[in-house]
Amino acid sequence: MTDSKYFTTTKKGEIFELKAELNSDKKEKKKEAVKKVIASMTVGKDVSALFPDVVNCMQTDNLELKKLVYLYLMNYAKSQPDMAIMAVNTFVKVVANAVAALSEIAESHPSSNLLDLNPQSINKLLTALNECTEWGQIFILDCLANYTPKDDREAQSICERVTPRLSHANSAVVLSAVKVLMKFMEMLSKDLDYYGTLLKKLAPPLVTLLSAEPELQYVALRNINLIVQKRPEILKHEMKVFFVKYNDPIYVKLEKLDIMIRLASQANIAQVLAELKEYATEVDVDFVRKAVRAIGRCAIKVEQSAERCVSTLLDLIQTKVNYVVQEAIVVIKDIFRKYPNKYESVIATLCENLDSLDEPEARAAMIWIVGEYAERIDNADELLESFLEGFHDESTQVQLQLLTAIVKLFLKKPTETQELVQQVLSLATQDSDNPDLRDRGYIYWRLLSTDPVAAKEVVLAEKPLISEETDLIEPTLLDELICYIGTLASVYHKPPSAFVEGGRGVVHKSLPPRTASNESTESPETAPAGAPSGEQPDVIPTQGDLLGDLLNLDLGPPVSGPPLATSSVQMGAVDLLGGGLDSLIGGPNFVAPPAAAVPANLGATMGSGLSDLFDLTSGVGTLSGSYVAPKAVWLPAMKAKGLEISGTFTRQVGSISMDLQLTNKALQVMTDFAIQFNRNSFGLAPAAPLQVHAPLSPNQTVEISLPLNTVGSVMKMEPLNNLQVAVKNNIDVFYFSTLYPLHILFVEDGKMDRQMFLATWKDIPNENEAQFQIRDCPLNAEAVSSRLQSSNIFTVAKRNVEGQDMLYQSLKLTNGIWVLAELRIQPGNPSFTLSLKCRAPEVSQHVYQAYETILKN
Amino acid sequence: MIGGLFIYNHKGEVLISRVYRDDIGRNAVDAFRVNVIHARQQVRSPVTNIARTSFFHVKRSNIWLAAVTKQNVNAAMVFEFLYKMCDVMAAYFGKISEENIKNNFVLIYELLDEILDFGYPQNSETGALKTFITQQGIKSQTKEEQSQITSQVTGQIGWRREGIKYRRNELFLDVLESVNLLMSPQGQVLSAHVSGRVVMKSYLSGMPECKFGMNDKIVIEKQGKGTADETSKSGKQSIAIDDCTFHQCVRLSKFDSERSISFIPPDGEFELMRYRTTKDIILPFRVIPLVREVGRTKLEVKVVIKSNFKPSLLAQKIEVRIPTPLNTSGVQVICMKGKAKYKASENAIVWKIKRMAGMKESQISAEIELLPTNDKKKWARPPISMNFEVWQKRSLDPWRVC
Repeated sequence: MTDSKYFTTTKKGEIFELKAELNSDKKEKKKEAVKKVIASMTVGKDVSALFPDVVNCMQTDNLELKKLVYLYLMNYAKSQPDMAIMAVNTFVKVVANAVAALSEIAESHPSSNLLDLNPQSINKLLTALNECTEWGQIFILDCLANYTPKDDREAQSICERVTPRLSHANSAVVLSAVKVLMKFMEMLSKDLDYYGTLLKKLAPPLVTLLSAEPELQYVALRNINLIVQKRPEILKHEMKVFFVKYNDPIYVKLEKLDIMIRLASQANIAQVLAELKEYATEVDVDFVRKAVRAIGRCAIKVEQSAERCVSTLLDLIQTKVNYVVQEAIVVIKDIFRKYPNKYESVIATLCENLDSLDEPEARAAMIWIVGEYAERIDNADELLESFLEGFHDESTQVQLQLLTAIVKLFLKKPTETQELVQQVLSLATQDSDNPDLRDRGYIYWRLLSTDPVAAKEVVLAEKPLISEETDLIEPTLLDELICYIGTLASVYHKPPSAFVEGGRGVVHKSLPPRTASNESTESPETAPAGAPSGEQPDVIPTQGDLLGDLLNLDLGPPVSGPPLATSSVQMGAVDLLGGGLDSLIGGPNFVAPPAAAVPANLGATMGSGLSDLFDLTSGVGTLSGSYVAPKAVWLPAMKAKGLEISGTFTRQVGSISMDLQLTNKALQVMTDFAIQFNRNSFGLAPAAPLQVHAPLSPNQTVEISLPLNTVGSVMKMEPLNNLQVAVKNNIDVFYFSTLYPLHILFVEDGKMDRQMFLATWKDIPNENEAQFQIRDCPLNAEAVSSRLQSSNIFTVAKRNVEGQDMLYQSLKLTNGIWVLAELRIQPGNPSFTLSLKCRAPEVSQHVYQAYETILKN
Repeated sequence: MIGGLFIYNHKGEVLISRVYRDDIGRNAVDAFRVNVIHARQQVRSPVTNIARTSFFHVKRSNIWLAAVTKQNVNAAMVFEFLYKMCDVMAAYFGKISEENIKNNFVLIYELLDEILDFGYPQNSETGALKTFITQQGIKSQTKEEQSQITSQVTGQIGWRREGIKYRRNELFLDVLESVNLLMSPQGQVLSAHVSGRVVMKSYLSGMPECKFGMNDKIVIEKQGKGTADETSKSGKQSIAIDDCTFHQCVRLSKFDSERSISFIPPDGEFELMRYRTTKDIILPFRVIPLVREVGRTKLEVKVVIKSNFKPSLLAQKIEVRIPTPLNTSGVQVICMKGKAKYKASENAIVWKIKRMAGMKESQISAEIELLPTNDKKKWARPPISMNFEVWQKRSLDPWRVC
């Protein structure tokens, strides 16, 4: 049987032919046809058109044919769900048993909170560990790792039962067991005998992992890299197993090298250096570079070896292999930083290789060396001058370094180098487009011209020593990654949120299950908030929807799984919203509105501090700004565990703010407030974090003005001006939703030119025009005009036609949408007719509402 | 978990594509082809992240297997699964090649369905799989057979089916050891370890309980004084095993507490355990190479091998490979024992000796002519490799069957 022939048919009209064959009476022919269909499906051809025909073939007792149809069905069920359901009926007899079992499981876990582990269930899991397949053991161990034992005794007893897994042939079982042990070890006291035993037991299995296939070795090495950083004592005697082998793939070699450096110590440095020297003569460029760099790191890490490292590096420089030389110079610079005034004798050798350096990093390193030791290099000025010739072709790194080096040289040998320093300063400040370079140039220039002594103190100041370990993983991240041993996160050395979409499966662990929210997370564009029916309370979507959407934003550190025991203090304080907020806002600084938007008469006030201004205006109806509605209760205390929030929106000299009033109606002090908006139609977002300076004690009320901007993410909401808000405090996260008046979005430069108005009015099709009646408004045209103007609705022209006043008005929204209006006022008649024209007609209704609110208040 | 699994040929054409999760689209198939298979440089990592999708890939001859996921999966598990997948396929249709995969694609889909369920690996022991995934069409199954399958799929012992009968009950045990050695150019041993594999062929009826003991140091120390005398009497050496890993049939908790290896073996051949030792390694051979460059177009190589074991033992099927530079134009070889040949296609001189007793010495010398070249790329100087077999009687084995 040679089924490969099915892959080769590429005739035209194939689908048609297949259809005929599928409907053939002969079983053999049918089978052939289905095989062809599956082959086409594999290579990516669309054979979904054959769905009914293939499914028809299922009416058979031939098991083989049934299986084939099933394969097809599995692939296309998603695209044709209705058809698939029909087809499934014929499978039902087989599937029923499985489904019954599954539903039973689902019933016994009503909340499906499988992470709700307790000592009893842990005990069962540990028993099951001995009885299931290797894959099952992995699942169980991964699950165990999410548990937090109640004390060290429980931790120890779990560890004792997990340790035998370290002898499993399946590396994934071993790594998952290592994860459990590494986590629970945190809880054990270091004085315990058992702690020492456990440490000893961990080393051999880790070493054994290095005899696995290369891909697994790679996974193991990435994990060992983490383990070595967390607990260096485990593998400190095992340096030799990380020596690279000739036939290791390059990715294994690079990882081994990394771990060798981490394990390097005074005891083994001689061996390590001998190895590294060999590696530096290998073929793979990346590997050689890393080896050379590693020699430098050894020098910095183990002081006793520094001299040997330097001489090894000099030997390597003598090879004249271009990239080896460059790499060596970069690390020698670091050695100089670590051991000042010790190895400067080698500078002469380095200078010989000046011409061969073509990489920015190496050139910058060399220039730094020349500048730093200018007084010992006789021709330092010549050397630096040679770099200056092609100044503009150099990379920024080199330019900055050259500028600094020449200034250093000048401070050391002022007499001979005045011309040089002027040259570089003018190159940096006058001929460069790079602001960093220009700024640095100007600073040096002013320093040198105002106070050369101070300049010397600044530029030639003693430098802080560089630390030994340069590329250690930051401790909190390391702790987190230890919880992810064996998984992709540990391979990438990144938290899952960095590469898993939408933080799914990360944050969700800690939340009650909501299938609906899952769906909306996956396809945010199809997930608007619940259908509105006009009234405010109805706008509040089900919490599930809202949560799903809010979670779509990166909410910072995942809260999944129990944290490590030692880190639990920090992790406990991690707030659900905090991380995301900070990252969105990018710092606590107040974002000032663009100066251009500030009317001249207010300029002085602006200078005195924006926050004062906002405090003054909050809650007070103002003369110069837009109309401000009185505060309404947005979140009743009942729904928010005692926190009552009421508020309103204001627009004041070009900036929008949300004036909030927080009342603590609970018995407990509230702290750690934070706020987050869901995506909305106009991209409204907080421009600064919610700053509640003191804890809010019971029955206390605080008023806050939260500045907003309109640069957040945009998603069309229903209704358009719906805003979903999450507020967090030390107690919980609360969600509410509110409608903002559209006039807070009317910008100050919304006055359209007359001609432009005329042209635009004609240009917008008539079907975009909407008419509204404004009733019971006793104002005259003048008053209307001025009142509207204060809310940034500008009267472009005014006409009197047959005794009626016609006001032509324009306004512009923050997102650049223009709205044109014609307001017809009959003297003596309190009803106005408003015609609105806009390219986005859906805003008209809300603009009309804005008119109503402004005119009637 | 695993979202999808693809198999490609060396050109990047898809041979098998099975998607388990909705988050993996068809474009993932192409992304891998473009970014990994067609990438100009060699593989820099077996895990590649393309547009938030992670690809785990292994290559067997010129076939690529790629597992795809968008989640934070257990990476070690995915690779173990891919290896297992290769084993299962090899057990069903032999070598993993494009031809074989195309010929068996329906079978492969069926296997994939069985051993991966919604991206979660399931029982993947070939012995068990073969009872219910067959290459023939329908097999009329009796009620008992069907219930047997059920009990196997859901039961504890997934690797062995019940009711196996042999007229003769036999058990074979092979211990395969490889010595790994790292030596400095000065001949100093930098590191050495022995990694051993115990391969078992079992032809036993029913559900046999097997128990092994081993005379590793820890066991012997545990047994106390009496045994120490015994060992000295019988002349048995105890060995210090650094670490060992076992097939999933071995009861690990029992090994942990009693250091005894007890298990119900799968039927047929399987790898019972692997071990690693670093203590008291006596190298069976010493290889001493001498390389001299004569000008730019000639290389003189002399290799001496010394057997370092007891004279009573015999090493067989000795094969020494001496790599030659890529620009070799001709080789002349002289050897005192065995046959030596230059194999241009393999860039190596292959020296074969049928047998060699302990404490002997033999040598080969070769003159290698080189073509003048201006190729800047350095020759990677691969190491000389050597293979041989030594058959030992059981009395020398560190293993004791109870």
